[in-house]
Amino acid sequence: MLMHIYLLVDFGVDPKIAVVDSFITHFIFALTSFIIYITLKYYQPSKENFFYIRIWALLLAIGNTFVIVNALQYIYASEADYQSLLSKSIALRFCYQILMVATITLIQWLGNYMLEQQSDGDRKQQSESFTKEAELYNLRQQLQPHFLFNSLNSISSLAGSRPEEARKMIQQLSEFLRHTLRKDEKQLITLEEELYQLNLYLEIEKVRFGNRLKSVVILDENCEKLLLPVLVLQPLVENAIKFGLYDTLGEVEIVIQSKCMDGKWLQISISNPFDPSTHAQNTGTGFGIDSIKRRLYLLYANNDLVQIEMKENLFLVRINIPQT
Amino acid sequence: MKKYTCVIIDDEPLARSLVVEYLLAFSNIEVMQECSDGFEGVKAIAQHNPDMIFLDVQMPKINGFEMLELIENPPAVIFTTAFDAYAMKAFEANALDYLLKPFSKERFHKAIEKMMNQLGSSQDRPAYDALVESANEQEEMLTRLVVKHHQAVVVLPLMDIQYLEAYGDYIKIHTANQVYLKKKTMNYFEQHLNAKDFIRVHRSYIIPAKEIQKIDPPDFVILRSGMKVPISKTGYAKLKGVLGM
Repeated sequence: MLMHIYLLVDFGVDPKIAVVDSFITHFIFALTSFIIYITLKYYQPSKENFFYIRIWALLLAIGNTFVIVNALQYIYASEADYQSLLSKSIALRFCYQILMVATITLIQWLGNYMLEQQSDGDRKQQSESFTKEAELYNLRQQLQPHFLFNSLNSISSLAGSRPEEARKMIQQLSEFLRHTLRKDEKQLITLEEELYQLNLYLEIEKVRFGNRLKSVVILDENCEKLLLPVLVLQPLVENAIKFGLYDTLGEVEIVIQSKCMDGKWLQISISNPFDPSTHAQNTGTGFGIDSIKRRLYLLYANNDLVQIEMKENLFLVRINIPQT
Repeated sequence: MKKYTCVIIDDEPLARSLVVEYLLAFSNIEVMQECSDGFEGVKAIAQHNPDMIFLDVQMPKINGFEMLELIENPPAVIFTTAFDAYAMKAFEANALDYLLKPFSKERFHKAIEKMMNQLGSSQDRPAYDALVESANEQEEMLTRLVVKHHQAVVVLPLMDIQYLEAYGDYIKIHTANQVYLKKKTMNYFEQHLNAKDFIRVHRSYIIPAKEIQKIDPPDFVILRSGMKVPISKTGYAKLKGVLGM
């Protein structure tokens, strides 16, 4: 503003007039800035529409110059020297206005744009972590209603003939369900704990299927304290049992084996007999394995933690859990 | 009082003993045999020709519906299953009854009463073709075929099929060493086999895409087995579509 006054005085304008000139110019400019601020606050054009902002800034600059020059012409109509200077300086004043308006618009637009980007990013991150949580929760909750209803039917049968065993099975089923339903503040549990829960499940299935189902657990004692995500083994064993029992006739042996690999990995393999000739029907893996694969991917961002092997009549799933 | 015979088919021993226990209340119903899978079931039904069967749906190798398909003149069926009600709704109209596990004694008694009324009122057995048909309708795509060969039940992987041929009321299923018969329609197979893998090239023929050796347009396709299969105009168009010609 002072520079504006100095320049005008330098051109031989009366300092009083120069002050008023400068004041009017900058008052109009401040008003424009305010309009720009308000407008952009409520309407932030996209990058693609940036062209319109330039047009808009140009129109504002033209308008400003017009208003300023007219106002000054009106106020100092009698000052001939000043009037001639005024008309000569229109182009310069216009350039000055356009520079200022464009700068203010750009700064304001950029500021808004960056704010928007940031909150966009936050929201995206938030929704991603929310989806992940929900998905993990769902994947954990894949309890087969089939298993539940058939178990209850077995209990109903036992209640008539062997009430003591019925009671025992109710207790086992309840303990198993409690474990499945708990909301997990704690994602990881020790292998020892997971195997205990798994055993409850196996006991229930053995009551259901009688002599047909056998299980062998081979546990490396060094692994007992290693950690794995809760309820990872049960769906795999459920899958193995379903496969084994519905794909073959006669006795079915499920083998669950654990190994620790240099304390860095916990490896667990689960195998069941299957019939390679009719296996094609199951289109490979089955839901249980897919959901575990997905869970481990969500937890460890690694897609190779689940391996499947088919050897003669044996179907084997191997999972590797990183230990940190 | 009229006497009835029955067979219980369920892969879970405790589920079978529950039915046996509930049946103790009915002195006029005799349990002829308990079976733990569909294969045993087929044999037992042939042997005892029971008035009714209690049939589980999910069983090893072949399920309850597949087992029913193998029986020429099936007895009255009461399904005992943990399948949800929704899945069973489709059969409600045709099955005599279905019991959702775990079921109460009262519910079981109701099913038996209904069955006795039905068996007593008409000489005809319930329309099981319709039942099996409704099973077919809601069934997903076929992943295997269950067929009867002499007295044995054979589970055929789709891989083994060389081609299907209409044969009166039956379909001939050709494999490398055997031809099996199944009482089904061409339309049924066309709808329940993946159209990308199995192409209906003619009113009377369906061929697997992987078996095609050579096309001899416009009338024949030659299979890898050397078999020359006729193709119709629309069949040829379909063939071109699937093979991307």
